[in-house]
Amino acid sequence: MLPLEFRDLSYVVGDTRIIAGISARIEAGPRTVILGPNGAGKSVLMRLCHGLLAPTNGSIVWHSARNGDVRRHQAMVFQRPVMLRRSALGNVMYGLTLAGKSRNEASLRAMDVLEVVGLAQHAARPARVLSGGEQQRLALARAWALGPDVLFLDEPTANLDPSAAQDIEHIINAIHASGTKIIMSTHNLGQARRLGDEILFLSNGRLMEHTPIDRFFREPASAEAAAFIKGELPWQ
Amino acid sequence: MNSLGEAFAAAWRLLAGFDADLAQVVGLSLQVSITAVLIATLIGLPLGATIAVERFRGRQTLIVLLNALMGLPPVVVGLLVYLLLSRAGPLGGLGILFTPQAMIIAQTVLIAPIIAALSRQTLEDAWREYEEQLRSLGARRLTAGMTLIWDTRFSLLTIVLAGFGRAIAEVGAVMIVGGNIDGVTRVMTTTIALETSKGDLPLALGLGIVLISLVVALNALVAIIREAAMRRYG
Amino acid sequence: MAIVRRAIVRGAMLALTLCGVLTGPVAWAQQKFITVASTTSTENSGLFKHILPLFKTKTGIDVRVVAQGTGQALDTGKRGDADVVFVHDRVKELAMVKEGAFVNRHDVMYNDFVVVGPKADPAEVGGGKDVVAALKKIAGTKAPFASRGDKSGTHAAELRLWQESGIDPVDGKGGWYRETGSGMGATLNTASGMNAYSLTDRGTWLSFKNRGDLVIVVEGDRKLFNQYGIMLVNPARHAHVKKESGQMFIDWVVSAEGQKAIADYKINGQPLFFPNAGR
Repeated sequence: MLPLEFRDLSYVVGDTRIIAGISARIEAGPRTVILGPNGAGKSVLMRLCHGLLAPTNGSIVWHSARNGDVRRHQAMVFQRPVMLRRSALGNVMYGLTLAGKSRNEASLRAMDVLEVVGLAQHAARPARVLSGGEQQRLALARAWALGPDVLFLDEPTANLDPSAAQDIEHIINAIHASGTKIIMSTHNLGQARRLGDEILFLSNGRLMEHTPIDRFFREPASAEAAAFIKGELPWQ
Repeated sequence: MNSLGEAFAAAWRLLAGFDADLAQVVGLSLQVSITAVLIATLIGLPLGATIAVERFRGRQTLIVLLNALMGLPPVVVGLLVYLLLSRAGPLGGLGILFTPQAMIIAQTVLIAPIIAALSRQTLEDAWREYEEQLRSLGARRLTAGMTLIWDTRFSLLTIVLAGFGRAIAEVGAVMIVGGNIDGVTRVMTTTIALETSKGDLPLALGLGIVLISLVVALNALVAIIREAAMRRYG
Repeated sequence: MAIVRRAIVRGAMLALTLCGVLTGPVAWAQQKFITVASTTSTENSGLFKHILPLFKTKTGIDVRVVAQGTGQALDTGKRGDADVVFVHDRVKELAMVKEGAFVNRHDVMYNDFVVVGPKADPAEVGGGKDVVAALKKIAGTKAPFASRGDKSGTHAAELRLWQESGIDPVDGKGGWYRETGSGMGATLNTASGMNAYSLTDRGTWLSFKNRGDLVIVVEGDRKLFNQYGIMLVNPARHAHVKKESGQMFIDWVVSAEGQKAIADYKINGQPLFFPNAGR
């Protein structure tokens, strides 16, 4: 699947250029964090990569050795988790049965993943009665169960309290450790520092920087990045 | 106010006496309207789901048309179906005028737009919420549609109940296409109309109370089932 | 749009199957029957509930009565949606037989109309035996009068009586002359509510339960006699008409047996209809 290349990628809605001519190359391995202020185009960029939106110009190229639907080997976790009106276990099984697994296989795999994220005791409960943090953990489990090569995460902890956010970050690291490529967007510098190996910095739909994490914070190459880092609130 | 008292007395006598005629009339009302709502759901739900999820030319016009058709006057539907099924009409060869089948057809025509229009709205709202997640998980159109229908099943059930309510309460359509034939096409609403025209107002009102009680009981039953299911699935 | 079409077709096919499956048994059980278009006043009088079971016992044929206004019943027969028509507008019936819509018309019975009105009797017509004179008085005092106004046999009879009295009630339309455009029962309900005069057939009146202050004020005038006729829908025009069973019903109704059944139908000991077939 990887490396993933954007070639002069643009996304225009009406008169607004939300993404303006981005070119980059994302390799397998390091945890990639897409950083930038609100409105920079992070969410749209992720949706373009995942195939939920079609670019207006330019192209997205996966170097896939596999045939068939590229999206089968990716998964995405959204800022607000959408829970199906069924049990937690049922939610995790949904994607698995869609991918062709038998109900038995799906059920076993789903329970395994629920164990790892610490939701096994809630497996039979309706997903919708879980707390926000639990639902996001469930969303992660649901995505991870599919065994994707790439996991996209769109501001996954933006709506969570710090302790729930911490749980999510632990799980993301565990997923990375199991071999899945992480591509995550955030506007939270602290989270970027904790979870990122390399940074793609977006501002106003443009790719300002693509650098390893240490260099980004030491010597930001662009004025926008420097301003962003400085504008950081001390308690985050 | 005296007639109201007489009406309740008449209603009580009817229910307590298990009058055979009344049982037959109630049975036919339920048979016709339940069948009609089932068929209307089979037609209206897939239609509503398709319009909710697909994008095609003329979609907005179709939505406006469906919404407008919710207000079809029952008597007009009855007249149209009558002209269709009359021997002098295009489908006269079927010979089903003045039978329960004709009544089912008329009521189905009446409530299918309601089910389609309202389910379209419910499913479209749900699609807006679910679309990205379902597509991300790999659901194609048909699967996504069925998942949406399953997930919104409680709202959809309310819509089906609304359709049933409209069907069992109407008199214009079934009167014209059924002919209110004693023992064959006489239902609760046409009986009420008949007794009113005979001046037997307490009996007519009593029957009305029976009809309303029936509908309330049905809704209560569904509410209980819904409560139990919601507790299990959230 | 093709997807929409497919969805509709699939749904409709399933629907038609269900329709047949769920109601099939009901249809099969009632194969031996004829459809008779008659009037609401005849149905409401209860006559059919009395005589039809006798016919069924004798022949095994179910008679399904669709009760409509006379105009609608004649139209139903003309369209071929009924096998037999049984109404009370001799003039129109004969005209339509001449035109070829119906065949084999017979007189069956007559009943009479009566004029009902409020006990207070503002037009002072009570106890009278001359209906034309009574109508003149009602119009003269502009006392409220409720008419069916629905092209029924009763309505046609009423209009003929107004014509004879030389008064055109249309002048009073909306004022003292109220056209309800509905059946006899509904019109009587209105008359009762408004304390108005009205022309009604005796049968409906005898079984009408919402009289309020109304009583019979004029009766017995020969001009108030109301002739019923029965006829077969022309099978030459409509091949599907059940002409054998239909003719059996007509023959029975005008036979001694049928005529006796009609004469035997009474409310509170009073007969409603007077058989006069073949007389």
